This record gives sequence, structure tokens and C-alpha cells, in this order.
Amino acid sequence: MRLIAQIGEWFDRRLQLAAPIREVSEHAVPRNTASWWYVFGSAALVVFLLQIVTGILLALIYVPSGGEAWSSLQALNHDVTLGWFIRALHGWGSNFMVAIVLIHMVQVFLFGAYKFPRELTWIVGVFLLLMTLGMAFSGQVLRFDQDAYWGLGIGASIASRVPIAGPAIVKLMLGGPIIAGATLSRFFALHVFVIPGMLIGFVCLHLLMVLKLGINEWPTPGRLVKKATYTAEYHELTKKDGAPFVPYAVWKDLFFAAFILLAVAACAVYFGPFGPTGRPDPTIIQTAPKPDYFFLWLYALLSLLPPSLETPALLIGPVIVITALLLLPFLSGEGEKSWRRRPIAVLTILLIAISLGTLTHLSGFTPWSPHMNAWSGDPVPERFLHGTTALERQGALVFQVKQCRNCHSLGELGGQRGPSLDSVAVRLTQDQLIRQVIQGGGNMPAYGKNLSPAETTALVAFLETLHPAGQAPARDASRDVVLSDAQEKPPGGKP
Amino acid sequence: MSNENLISRRGFFMKMGILFNGLVATALTVPIVGYLLSCITRGRANAYLSWVPLGPVSEFPEGETRLATFRNPYVTPTDGKTADTACWVRRIEGEQFQVFAVNCAHLGCPVRWFQQSNLFMCPCHGGAYYQDGSRASGPPERGLFEYPYKVENGLVTIQAGELPTPGASASLVGKKPTCA
Repeated sequence: MRLIAQIGEWFDRRLQLAAPIREVSEHAVPRNTASWWYVFGSAALVVFLLQIVTGILLALIYVPSGGEAWSSLQALNHDVTLGWFIRALHGWGSNFMVAIVLIHMVQVFLFGAYKFPRELTWIVGVFLLLMTLGMAFSGQVLRFDQDAYWGLGIGASIASRVPIAGPAIVKLMLGGPIIAGATLSRFFALHVFVIPGMLIGFVCLHLLMVLKLGINEWPTPGRLVKKATYTAEYHELTKKDGAPFVPYAVWKDLFFAAFILLAVAACAVYFGPFGPTGRPDPTIIQTAPKPDYFFLWLYALLSLLPPSLETPALLIGPVIVITALLLLPFLSGEGEKSWRRRPIAVLTILLIAISLGTLTHLSGFTPWSPHMNAWSGDPVPERFLHGTTALERQGALVFQVKQCRNCHSLGELGGQRGPSLDSVAVRLTQDQLIRQVIQGGGNMPAYGKNLSPAETTALVAFLETLHPAGQAPARDASRDVVLSDAQEKPPGGKP
Repeated sequence: MSNENLISRRGFFMKMGILFNGLVATALTVPIVGYLLSCITRGRANAYLSWVPLGPVSEFPEGETRLATFRNPYVTPTDGKTADTACWVRRIEGEQFQVFAVNCAHLGCPVRWFQQSNLFMCPCHGGAYYQDGSRASGPPERGLFEYPYKVENGLVTIQAGELPTPGASASLVGKKPTCA
């Protein structure tokens, strides 16, 4: 024991770090900030450290070459002892990191912690969020599989829409004219050197400010932040009702961080690593790429926006969001901190959460994507064919062969790009069906050139049978009137 | 003269030292930026584009649309399979062709050809195109990207080399009148 103390003294004589470390760890924090609400920042830091460690471990095997990256991931998954586990830890760690950073941000926002004098801490935090998302996207690229390849194509398509500079930005992003070896190399440099380097620097700045300015006190409704008096009030609070950070508050951070690490490991063991999916071979076009979890909402948004709004939304949207986040502490740097008295803040968070949640949920079953194999894979349910004529059955065949099924479902099977046709005959009359098939419209291609008159007749005959048993198909009202008039009118006629 | 206006010898050397570093840094910036932007500057004069043969005309039956593949004319040693590219070749009749990029004009996903309904469909967001590449439905704002082609010594040859994207498409199809 004495020996350890002596060694410690020897080092501290030279480093002189013991006193400042003690001072930092024992700095007084307001008592009620020792809360489970205040653990997300430190948890994000711990997951970041996990990402650094697992990232270095992966770099021992991974080869950042367009021709070999995919095979080196296969080797990690199948040949290298526990390589799959390190990959899974890194992949799940990234998901957890994005989630925790977002939760941390929501907490900081709702607790008014971005207000004076912590504006810059918030701004640095916004950059940390952007870097975390940058790591998530570049990490998905390094998993150089089909999804990564086509995901880069989507990124390039978006970047190309920037006015004037678009094509140059695409080449800069891809490192050349196509998605290839140079693309992977530069995303490797971004993911492994550039962004982590900046992250480490910004995390240090962020932490330094938390220490210098003190942790945000628990917001009390009615206690307003004023620039003139806040600093004095905060010092008074820590003096009167303060407690040393270590050990008074730190134990909750420690427990939560350990719990998160355990959760990452549990997910890694249970769900395993992410992919890689198919080999990044652009000549294999039988693929429907999907982004990773945290970009699914964007994938959904891009398919639901009207085409004319897409480019402005893609190019201006992020600028508006980032500017709003950066300006937030200047627009409301003083005043009420408690979320109990900031209904607009709470509603904003709810609105964003519900929007992102709904979009992510929708992207789980992609109703906007045609089912490319439905026409040959999903049979027409028997009940739709029961008791039909030869012409109607011929129409059912046309329906399948012409790939109508890829976008229209029957009996809940098939694409959902267009409306389900289970009861289409109730909605459209014969004339309307013919017009729709031949001329298309309302997001449906025109089939006029691709169907013979006989095929159209058969197809419409089949579509006319698609109505619930107790419900009559739609009929042209004027035709009914004409027919009934002809029947009811007695010879001679009344007015 | 007051002493305040005098620059001390050490102060002068420090300023000269800063200036010297600034000059060296500026001189180094030029090659660094040149290196970083080389992937753009090289492409200026269409340096990435070349004529690539897809195969003999006889491989593409009249009235049909077939998938063809080619090796991108510009490759680097680490490209692997990623430099292989696919395209849709439609032989209208005789030596009249249309060669489409597989990339959807919306966000670049690979479109698939369905000969029964004469449509190209995109699996991502449901973009659809007619057999001549024109937009049929869905989010794309334009038709499929087309490669310039020529038939040379019985080979269908296309001018390719760049990933077609909505913003950079002028180099691909701009030469054709939009309505004929």
C-alpha cells in the first residue's frame, strides 16, 4: 500500500494533476441535479468510448478497399474468433449512441439548459449531433454491401440537386465519376480520422463548458433566467444547496452507463451484427436498398413528399433545421426554464417525435414501394374467382401478367402503391374502369398501348366482379335513369 | 518619437516568424487543395467519359429490352466489382437503339424492366417509366437517363463513365430534343 502511495507521489510530483482532478470531481453541483434525468450526457460519452475501442478492434481486420471490404466483413463474421461480436457491438453501439444523443438533447431542451450562460454548450452539442449522424451514415458506407452501394447512389442523387455546384459535389463525395474504390477510401478517412478527431475535440469543449459553467440546475417553474443575476443566483444555489459531484451525483451516471453498455452487449449477442447484405456488385439489380434505422424517416419522407417539393425540402430543409437549432439559445436565452411553463416547447418535441415515429413506422412496410414479385408470386385468392365466367378469369390472368398486382393488392396480398382493388367495382363504374386502365392518371401509368382491346375488355370484366357480396357494383346513374324512364313511362306518358 | 511606436527587435522577429509561417502555409495550401479537388477538375472536360462496347447488335433482338453490363472506362485498382455497371438496352428496330441507365431518375435505385407490361419499375419509391424511358408515374421528375450510343463494326457502343444523377444529367441526354 505504501509502495503504491509512493509511486503515486512520484508521478504527481511531475504531472501535478492530482489536485486539479480532485477539484474537478468534487466541484459542487445543485443537489437535485443528482437525478436520473441527468445521466444521458455521460452515457453518450461512454458509448462513444465503446465505439472508439470496438472501431479500433475492427480496423485490425477490415480492409477499406472497394474490392475487398465486403470479403473482410465476411471474414470478421465467420472466420475471426468473436469477430461477429465486435461487429455487433460496434453496430448496436452506433444505434444506441444516436438514440442517447437525441434523448440527451431533448432533456436539455425541455430543462431549458441551453439558456444563458450555456448557449455555446448547446451550439457545440448541435455540432456533436451532426457529427454523430455523420458517423452513422459513413459507418453504413463502410459496411460496403448492396445497401451501402445504392445508399451512396441516393446520397449522390440528393447532392446532385444542389444548384450549379451539384455535379462537382457529387464527384467530391464519390472521389471520382462513379461509386467505387475511391468512394470507400474517402468515407473510411472520414469515419476513422476526420469525424472522430473533430468529435473528440468537440466533446472536450462540451465537457469543459459543463465544468466551467456548472451543470444546469433543476428548473423550477417561475424562477426566470436573467442575464444580470443568473450567475450570482447559481453560485448562491451551489453554495447553499450544493453537494460534491463525486460521489453525490456520479453514482447514477456510473450505474446508467454500465446498464447501457450491458444493453448494447445484450443486443449484440441476441441480434448479432448488421449484415453485410449482398456483395456490392452494381450489375445485380434485383435489390431494394434501405437505409439504416436512423435514416428510415428520411426514406419515408422522400417517397411521400410531392415531387415538386422534394428538391427544396432536401436542400433547404436541413439548412432551416440546423439554423433553428443554432439560433435557439439566442432567441430564447432568458426566461422560463421549466417545461411545465413552456407548452410550445413540449408540443414541438411531441410533434417531432410523432412525425419521426410515424415516418419510421411507415418505412417498416413501405406502402409506396411496388412489390416487384407480386405479379408472379401472389396468387389471386380463390374467392375472387369463384363462379366467374371464362372472360372474367381471362381478365384475372391479364391482371397478373401485366403486373397490376405489383401496385394493387387483392385479399391483402400484393403492392400497396395503388389502392387495394378488393372492392374497386363499388368505387368505379365500367366506363371509369376502362378510362383509368387505358389513360392511367392519379399516379398510375397509362396501359392503353400495352393492352389489346380484348385484354382490356377481359380485365375490366374481372375488375367489375370485385365487390363485396352484399354490395352492388357502381353503375352510371344516368344510365339507370334512362333505363328506368324507358320502363316506367306508360305509353302516352305523364309530365 | 515616442517609445510606443518603436518595435522591439524580438517583437519584429516574432512578426516575421508569423509572416514566414503564413507564406509557407499558403504555398502548401495550393497543392493540398489541388489534390483534394482533383476528382472534380479531372472531370471538367468530360475526361471520365469514353465509348464502351456493350456487345454485337445480334445480342439485342428487335423490339426487346435487355440488360447489358460493361466495365466502367475509368477504374482504379481498388474498385473490384463496383466498376461493373449495368444498363438497359432497347433495340427499337435495325440500328435504332435506346440505352438507359439502370438508375432511377428519382434517387438512383436500380429500375427493373417488365416486358409483359412494357414498364420499368423502381423498387424504392415506385417510380415507373414507359418502354421509351419517359416518365409514367411516381416521384421521378423526368424520364430515365439515356446514354449516347452508336453502332460501330456491328457493336453497340455507348458513351459512359459517370454515375448519372438528376443534377448532372445534362451530359447524358441533353443532346436529344425533349419532344420529337
